[in-house]
Amino acid sequence: MSIRVGQASEAPPFQKAALPLLDDTQLRKNVRHATNVITRKRAVVVGEQQDWQQLRASASAIKEHTLRHLDHYLEQFEKNCTAAGGHVHWAADADEANRIIVDLIRQHGGKEIIKVKTMTSDEIGLNRALEANGIHPHETDLADMIIQLGHDKPSHIVVPALHKNRQQVREIFMQAMGLKELGDRPEDLTTAARNYLREKFLKVKIGFSGANYLIAETGGVCVVESEGNGRMCLTLPDTLITIAGIEKVIPTFRDLEVFLQLLPRSATGERMNPYNSLWTGVHKGEGPQEFHVILLDNGRTRILSDHESRQTLRCIRCGACQNACPVYRQTSGLAYGSIYAGPIGAILTPQLFDMQHAQTLPYASSLCGACYEVCPVKINIPEVLIHLRGRVVREQQSSANLEALGMKAMSRIFLSRRSFEAAQRLGRIGQWPFVSDGWVRHLPGMLGNWTAVRDLRPMPKQTFRSWWQERKKT
Amino acid sequence: MDQKVTMPETNAREVILDRIRHANADAAPSEYSVIERTYRQKAGMDRAEIQKAFAERLHEYDAHVTEATAETLSAAIAESLRRNNQKSAIVASGFPQQLLPEGFLWQQESSATTEQLNTAEGAICACEVAIAHTGTIVIRNARRLTLLPDRLLCVVYEDQVVETVPEAFARLQPFASEPLTFISGPSATADIEMTRIRGVHGPRFLDVVLVRNSQ
Repeated sequence: MSIRVGQASEAPPFQKAALPLLDDTQLRKNVRHATNVITRKRAVVVGEQQDWQQLRASASAIKEHTLRHLDHYLEQFEKNCTAAGGHVHWAADADEANRIIVDLIRQHGGKEIIKVKTMTSDEIGLNRALEANGIHPHETDLADMIIQLGHDKPSHIVVPALHKNRQQVREIFMQAMGLKELGDRPEDLTTAARNYLREKFLKVKIGFSGANYLIAETGGVCVVESEGNGRMCLTLPDTLITIAGIEKVIPTFRDLEVFLQLLPRSATGERMNPYNSLWTGVHKGEGPQEFHVILLDNGRTRILSDHESRQTLRCIRCGACQNACPVYRQTSGLAYGSIYAGPIGAILTPQLFDMQHAQTLPYASSLCGACYEVCPVKINIPEVLIHLRGRVVREQQSSANLEALGMKAMSRIFLSRRSFEAAQRLGRIGQWPFVSDGWVRHLPGMLGNWTAVRDLRPMPKQTFRSWWQERKKT
Repeated sequence: MDQKVTMPETNAREVILDRIRHANADAAPSEYSVIERTYRQKAGMDRAEIQKAFAERLHEYDAHVTEATAETLSAAIAESLRRNNQKSAIVASGFPQQLLPEGFLWQQESSATTEQLNTAEGAICACEVAIAHTGTIVIRNARRLTLLPDRLLCVVYEDQVVETVPEAFARLQPFASEPLTFISGPSATADIEMTRIRGVHGPRFLDVVLVRNSQ
């Protein structure tokens, strides 16, 4: 099986990728501004929703229940979607999903498609697979378009181009659209996108989308968006292809009353986003007359089998944890090397890879818990981070390396009081070459990894225990 | 119409379902019906307050709101079109013909091509339900009609406005398998520096006529 998460398997370690980004003052300014604005708006609309905690509790309960009976709800969705005229495909991994999609487009002789923003297509690397097969995907979400035309990488789940400011967007658009003149007000840039895409919407015969929710009860799909590009792609083409992770299914139509209250407030700080589209299979005389949906595993079932971290699969991709995260706000999403960045990316990306890649991501956190607090489906991200750090360590222990040997020796020392106290005495003597002005700033060898980013207090002359003993004597 | 479509040969379906069953093998089953729903479902405001709250939300979204009664509705529609210098509009299928005022060119949605919709002066439709809490209008069918023309006029009756999102879903349940569009203000983006810009791809202008119950 070949699991792919964008190009994350080739990404450098987080700590290394973050360093140059921390020096990019423009990028940090852009990210700080964007996350501040969304965080502020979110706080207002969440604050006024008096039953917020009850909504969160119901949402997480619905998701937990669905995950427990995921086979049942997927089969129910398949049955109802098929009965409504849709075609349901299953893909075990990214390559299989790409193969199905390329085949479908080829069967229609398609040379281009119009795409609604979908993280899942970025996950499977769809655009590269399409281009390798001579099919051109047009990204139609404004931010995705900025990324595509600027040959850049997305840095946020909801606002993928938040690391670019207006002048940077203007340059990208002028070059890619061949415009001689263009203002740099957001209005000018938006109008340029509208004009550029309108013709494509009317002409291209195949649309492609992700899904926010698959409704088992009806076999329907729900897509949440703001610009209307989604509605264009969902209604104008003759053929519509939708990809969704298997965790996107919810039991009933009514469950949307919970998620459609949580998602917009969490994602963009709106009471409701401008457009939600729902459709069920094929509707005669209304919208695409051929509809395909691809249910993607790509590592999700393996996450499901880890009972301590399966809560990761509750995620509704709102991005609130990214905006709240003090680490993300400093480094931007680009440091995570994955299309899933921030706290959710730090737990989702390595798990999709079964911890074979992206092993540094669970450490890209101070465990402050801000992500858990804002999560609309109550994913305890710090708890999962710690669990995954444990998995990384156990993985490394199985291969005999110096750190693992050191840790084993340490655990033996800590087991007996006598050897522990002997080690303390040894440490007090051994530390003196490294102490200056009351701090240990550099340690030799592997211990230097610790002092590279932190200063240590030296071990005190006397331990509490021995001080206590002496005190009792006097 | 798509008998040509061939499904790729794959056993992914069985593989995925097997993996799920295996992953859930030692988890205790749970009942959907016992999921707690202690969030607010019923309205807390009276009818007048609900109407007021809905109108306020629409104003926040830059929608243009006019009020009418069943008797003055036709005149209100005419007034709304005149204010926008519109001489014509495309009419959603099923919209009551007797409500359309004289003196304008009305074209039926069913006869309109995509190109005609794209260049139309405006569109007119009714809604199924509206939500005061979020300023949302829910429309059945009419997906192209409510998307392509730059100006959309929607008629909302007082009885169609509910306060909460759960109340709206209860009313929508019979139409759960139909194409539904939730509209909360004009098309918008905040993708560039988080500055909210109205009208990216959908209609840039949303007019709403609120029809009060006759006394």
